Amino acid sequence: MREVGVISFAQAQNVRRESTHNEVEILAPVVREAIEQSGIAKTDIGFTCSGSSDYLAGQPFSFVTALDAVGPWPPIRESHLEMDGAWALYEAWVRLQHGDIDSAVVYAFGKSSLGDIAEIMTLQLDPYYVAPLWPDAIDVAALQARALLDAGTATERDFAQVAARNRKNAMNNPKAQIAGDFNVDNLLTEEYIVSPLRKHACPPITDGAVAVVIATGDLAREKCARPAWITGIDHRIEAHALGARDLTSSPSAKLAAQKAGLNGNVQIAELHAPFAHQEIILKNALDLGESVVINPSGGALAANPVMAAGLARIGEAAQRLIDGDAARAIAHATSGPCLQQNLVCVMEAA
Amino acid sequence: MSEPVMGFGAPIRLEYNYTPGLASSRYLRSIAQRRIVGQRCPSCKKVYVPPRGTCPTCAVPTEEEVELEHKGTITTFCIVNLPFYKEIEPPYVAASILLDGADIALFHLIQEVPEGRDVTMGMRVEAVWVDDADLAPTLESIKYFRPIDEPDAPYDSYKEHL
Repeated sequence: MREVGVISFAQAQNVRRESTHNEVEILAPVVREAIEQSGIAKTDIGFTCSGSSDYLAGQPFSFVTALDAVGPWPPIRESHLEMDGAWALYEAWVRLQHGDIDSAVVYAFGKSSLGDIAEIMTLQLDPYYVAPLWPDAIDVAALQARALLDAGTATERDFAQVAARNRKNAMNNPKAQIAGDFNVDNLLTEEYIVSPLRKHACPPITDGAVAVVIATGDLAREKCARPAWITGIDHRIEAHALGARDLTSSPSAKLAAQKAGLNGNVQIAELHAPFAHQEIILKNALDLGESVVINPSGGALAANPVMAAGLARIGEAAQRLIDGDAARAIAHATSGPCLQQNLVCVMEAA
Repeated sequence: MSEPVMGFGAPIRLEYNYTPGLASSRYLRSIAQRRIVGQRCPSCKKVYVPPRGTCPTCAVPTEEEVELEHKGTITTFCIVNLPFYKEIEPPYVAASILLDGADIALFHLIQEVPEGRDVTMGMRVEAVWVDDADLAPTLESIKYFRPIDEPDAPYDSYKEHL
């Protein structure tokens, strides 16, 4: 395997509604910042890969117009995934393994505010037996949270504690959307949105964009004093039918972590858990001990730009390695209802 | 044996708010004032209309605004024989029109083609606007384009914009 490291990370300010700028206007400065910060000339970037969903804007081929942010002329090698940008980073990592190019820019964007994001998520469910009932993203997550309570694995107080800790961590993240020191007892007095989920246990609706530059061996070392080397990256998926799964565990995250070489020895974990209870499921599946700092950025509970929040986890974890705050970290991304698909990226720096 | 289920209806309706962005908002507001405003790339000097705020070639912000003529050249076109819209009786011509001073074509209808004359590549056309009272921030403020009494533009003048 060729050595590949993250050398640059940039993100837009995460906001509830960006009504002034369109997707390209949000994305262009973020992509520019990531490339400039990498020290690699734009024309020398070997591969461009992106993640987004046209369902968010309700505009077919909006991912093509987003390329205006990159300036694909003269023609570039480019690919797009209708997935979170974390999977675009996976594709870029595979592409760099081919051996003929040495760098890639990966970006993702999500304006979650343009439609009813919870209802848009309904369209990823089984179109015959589930979607016609219109359970939205919060309904489906509530099923999972309820299963977790019924199994005795966690309590509603645990959910509130996860939310409070993430949003407290977010106070150190100037790009976060929701940050603050929340009292758990107060959080537990909130009304349910969908029982057993209260507002604090649900992700915010976020408009945002993320860009990451990765590079191979010597180029990464030349451009970055301390690249965040990707020592393992893997993704696994579970059955689409919610009823066919044990929603209280995450065998796909567990397997992805094994294949990515996670052996417990990490200092930081950036977990893409849009709903508070999902962090508890992931922490168990990944067997993360009490010493691991989970979501120093605040995670998806502090900012959840759909389609970009997973790539943001990789960028946030990598940035802490680049900055020397840690030596080994994992980043996780999820896709599909109730943690259906999971990606784990193990990174090291020295 | 009972009949197999061959299908069922599952209606889907999603509503969206559209964010035109800064550049397109200025363009749309100008349309409501009977003006067509594009933006020029500071690097390659190309003029985009409608502008999207960024040069798709150079990936730099476009800020300089350029007011464009309401006349242009048909670069390519097609004859539509299917009734997509109730308002327009087929057959009609949809064309790609390069406004004078612009580097990217926009799409619009061609109407008022004189009897016995065919629409051609290179044909010169002008915008026909709605009445002042009906002006709004939409390209529908231009009802259609119609041929004008000018010689066809030479192919070389628009071949880069096909």
